[in-house]
Formats: sequence, C-alpha cells, structure tokens
Amino acid sequence: MGLKIYDEVEEKSKLTAFISGEIDHHSAKEIRKEIDINLQKLNPTDLYLDFSKVDFMDSSGIGLVMGRYKLQSERGGKVFIQNPPPLIKKVMLVAGINKLAKIVSIDVPLSQMQKAKESAENSDKPSIHTQADIDVHKNDDDKSNQKTSEEVDGNAEEKNS
Amino acid sequence: MPKKKILNEIKLSFPSLSENERFSRLAVSGFASQLDPQVDEISDIKTAVSEAVTNCIVHAYKKEIGKIELIARIYEDNVIYIKIKDHGCGIPDIKKAMEPLFTTSPEEERAGLGFAVMESFMDKLRVLSKEGKGTSVIMTKKLRTKLDK
Ligand SMILES: Nc1ncnc2c1ncn2[C@@H]1O[C@H](COP(=O)(O)OP(=O)(O)OP(=O)(O)O)[C@@H](O)[C@H]1O
Ligand SMILES: [Mg+2]
Repeated sequence: MGLKIYDEVEEKSKLTAFISGEIDHHSAKEIRKEIDINLQKLNPTDLYLDFSKVDFMDSSGIGLVMGRYKLQSERGGKVFIQNPPPLIKKVMLVAGINKLAKIVSIDVPLSQMQKAKESAENSDKPSIHTQADIDVHKNDDDKSNQKTSEEVDGNAEEKNS
Repeated sequence: MPKKKILNEIKLSFPSLSENERFSRLAVSGFASQLDPQVDEISDIKTAVSEAVTNCIVHAYKKEIGKIELIARIYEDNVIYIKIKDHGCGIPDIKKAMEPLFTTSPEEERAGLGFAVMESFMDKLRVLSKEGKGTSVIMTKKLRTKLDK
C-alpha cells in the first residue's frame, strides 16, 4: 500500500504555490520568479496555483497563469487553479483561462494554510509560499523537508542544489 | 457621456510608476464608496482601473516615465465615470488593440485581455488615441441603487 502510493507520487509529483495578496503588473514579477525557481528545482508534473488568499487580480494574474501553463506544457506538465475566491474566479472566467488550466476546489489541510498565512503576514506585499507534494506530512524545518522529498521522489539532490 | 448632472469629481495626476497601479485603484475605490457599492461592483471598478493604468505604464510609456491623468466623476443616477489619460506612444489601430488576446508585449507575459476585462466589467468603454500623442480610456458604470440592493 505504502509502496504503491510512492510509485504514484514518483510518476506524478506535485507542487503547490500558495499566492496571497494582490496580483497586478507590479507584484507579478516577484510571484513569477518565486514560482519559476521552484518549478526548476522540483520539476513537478502538476503545478497547483492556490488563489484562496488572493484578494485582487487583474489581467496580470491571467498572464501569470498563461506563462506557467506554457512552461509546464513544454515539459509535459499541467497547471491547476486551486480555490479561487468568487471575484477572482470571475476575472479568470472572463479571460477563459480555465480552458488552459482547470479550476479545482481542494480541501487544504489547516497546517498548510497556516504556513501560507504566516508567510503572507510577514509583509503586506504579495507573498508566495510553495509546497511540494501536498499529501505528505511535513514539519517546519528544512531537514524534514529534505527527508520528505527523498522519500517521495528520491530526488533530494535536485531539491538541495 | 450622458447629459447628466455631475455630483462629484476628483482629478489625480501621477507618474507612470508601477507602484501607482495599486494606489490609483484604491483611490477610485475610495471615491466610489460614497455610492455605497456592492463588493462585486467595487471589485469590477478596481480591476478596470488597474487595467487602464497598467496599460499606460507598460505600453504608453514603455521606455520612459510619463504623466498619467485620472478623472473620476459621480453622475446622478448612481453612474461612475472614469477617464484615464496618457501622453504616450498612442495606439495605431484601436479596433485591433481591443481584440481579445491581441498584445504587443507577449514576451512580458501580457495576456492581451486588458480591454476585454474593462469591457466586461464596466457598462461602457471608449478608447481615443492618436499615434505619438497619447491615449484616453473612458469608462462608465451604473451601480445598483440602494433600492435594488
Ligand atoms: N495606453 C496605451 N498606450 C499605448 N498602447 C496601448 C495602451 N493601452 C493598450 N495599448 C495597446 O493595446 C494592446 C492591448 O491592450 P490590452 O490591455 O487589451 O492587452 P495587454 O496590455 O497587451 O495585455 P494584458 O492587459 O492582458 O496584460 C496592448 O498590447 C498595446 O499594444
Ligand atoms: Mg493591458
């Protein structure tokens, strides 16, 4: 059973990026940079962009999703839009971005939301918190992160570099 | 614009710094709040303002910092009017520029959807432009009255 799960995870790795604050042209640059660093490091099959803590977004947010979609398709990966609030979803639907990236609603464990919230509260700037392999339990320190990624995809070197 | 009475008006002028994207939408949202708008109406207005101001910053004044002028008015019957004007490069073909997904800056991850968003979030959108002179975007939206709410 356990092994089977690992096999699945090995085939399909997942990165979730929790974005919070306001996404506009000014803030998009930093958010993009942070996501792309993690995309390169972890090389996930599925990229989940969590919008649940985003309270404003204009077409710069659409550009952000489109850009990640392009990067992911080049590597045979997918992008999902996770838990957008109604007014954010409205912008996405006007743009039709759901044709490229499926909008999904997912129950995020409280501990993960808390982590995302903490990194958001450190500044009033938009912030981003990334998390690999959402189903895996993690502690806060880096060591346990390392261990988990080893267990999960046996690719710890990549993550450490 | 309708020949309606202007009840209130603000004028802002600011340089095309990306920091002012947030400032300008919050300023208009603060001004519009006297109409007692619904949350979704305020969100629509903020998004439309953000689109128009961002266009001045990324397109009109691509390689320079220029002046952006913003006028917001409240007309009788709960109508908000917003004009955003730049003296930048102008748009050679407005019709084409307004087509969804048309962008002259794909490399900067622009989606080409700014005008489409303004059009769908506001009631009316008018774009005036002259190459080398600048662009004005005029948008209006009638908010639901208190009786509708
Ligand atoms: N104020 C302006 N001055 C000069 N050109 C403009 C201006 N506003 C828009 N344009 C032109 O019109 C095109 C379409 O604008 P629109 O806002 O719809 O898309 P975009 O800005 O390219 O992308 P997005 O808004 O989705 O990030 C722009 O690419 C640009 O060429
Ligand atoms: Mg635009």
